[in-house]
Amino acid sequence: MIPAAFDYVRAGSASEAIALLGEHGDEAKLLAGGHSLLPMMKLRLAVPSVVVDIGRVTDLSYINDGGDHIAIGALTRHRALETSDLLAAECPLLGHVAGEVGDPQVRHRGTIGGSLAHSDPASDLPAAVLALGGTLVAQGPGGSREIAAGDFFTGYFESALADDEMLTEIRVPKAPGDGWNYQKFNRRAQDWAIVGAAAVTVNGGTNVALVNMGSVPLRASATEAALAGGASAAEAAEQAAEGTDAPTDLNATPDYRNHLARVLTRRALEAAGVS
Amino acid sequence: MNNLLGFTADETGEVTVEISVTVNGETRTGDVEPRTLLVYWLRDDLRLTGTNVGCDTSSCGACTVHVNGESVKSCTMLAVQADGEDILTIEGLAPSDDELHPMQEAFRQNHGLQCGYCTPGMVMAAVSLLEENPSPTEREVRLGLEGNLCRCTGYHNIVKSVLACAAGETAA
Repeated sequence: MIPAAFDYVRAGSASEAIALLGEHGDEAKLLAGGHSLLPMMKLRLAVPSVVVDIGRVTDLSYINDGGDHIAIGALTRHRALETSDLLAAECPLLGHVAGEVGDPQVRHRGTIGGSLAHSDPASDLPAAVLALGGTLVAQGPGGSREIAAGDFFTGYFESALADDEMLTEIRVPKAPGDGWNYQKFNRRAQDWAIVGAAAVTVNGGTNVALVNMGSVPLRASATEAALAGGASAAEAAEQAAEGTDAPTDLNATPDYRNHLARVLTRRALEAAGVS
Repeated sequence: MNNLLGFTADETGEVTVEISVTVNGETRTGDVEPRTLLVYWLRDDLRLTGTNVGCDTSSCGACTVHVNGESVKSCTMLAVQADGEDILTIEGLAPSDDELHPMQEAFRQNHGLQCGYCTPGMVMAAVSLLEENPSPTEREVRLGLEGNLCRCTGYHNIVKSVLACAAGETAA
């Protein structure tokens, strides 16, 4: 399968990429690791007329201690997250979830910024960053702005990024210790999650985010509210599917996905030490 | 047309990009359409046909090569993305024409293949796996090869081969 023809431009910096986006508008797509975009281009589900390659903007590949948070460059590859000692110590959920993405070859190329900007509700990392209550930094022609993870995912494969904005940094709060877990349910190795559930205790509260339970990654807000009100993990997990809109596909009906959300949420909470 | 990279149009009007890639230790250059996938450049232009195309959808791993020492599915990378990078294909793995790489030898000794179609990708993925984890458990080998499918379902001996190589049971 060959993508449709496109013009290829290589950006040497974030500001160069943003200028190119400004020039070409919604005709252009940013290419980072390419492991979300290229498969869609090969299927011709994505047909950008200009591809702006940001894969060599290496100064956006980092994992830094930001004091109360960890700052991650958008072009940091999954493999770097998976093997980061800093994440393992300060935000183990994120490093673990990065290691659950695709397969080793995918993780050698795919980037966290690419995964988030792609905004696939079936992807692992968007739900992890949502559960952590992360902050996403977008750079545009007028400067940078911060977007809360809860406001970033606006629709099926749609994000709050403007056509001339680029995701440059992801900030997640430090959430050390063992109060975290990720449950990914699929039938075959390397598949996307049929449903996933990420649970993490952060800043004294317990957050739960769900994969593939709607057009965007979702917080299990009824479960979170029940936990805050003193419910047990098992009781709270019974409400995991409330407010979701699970899709239908070859793998699962909405009813089955609702069931999975409840079971996986309970398992994630219990494994995270929430009783 | 943006000319940042020195695009040139050939006689058919197609715009190509000049790339220079280290492939199996040699500098190889070419003019490629931006949409050319790395695997097709390797196979069709360089005639390095040891790298197979299986599913063409980033699933099966038959097209696995190393990019700067790490396993990558070459059907999910543009040739232009490989510009300036160091690529190793199955043809470049053995130290000489007379000697196999220890992983190739392990596959041979343990019958780690049936039809052989997935083998180049399996071997390249396995070499990359052992570079990251020199002494994996059987489970780690199975997880480490999850990006490679064997439709003969010959996984048992493939895993055995990788474990044998890791244990140094094959001559270097």
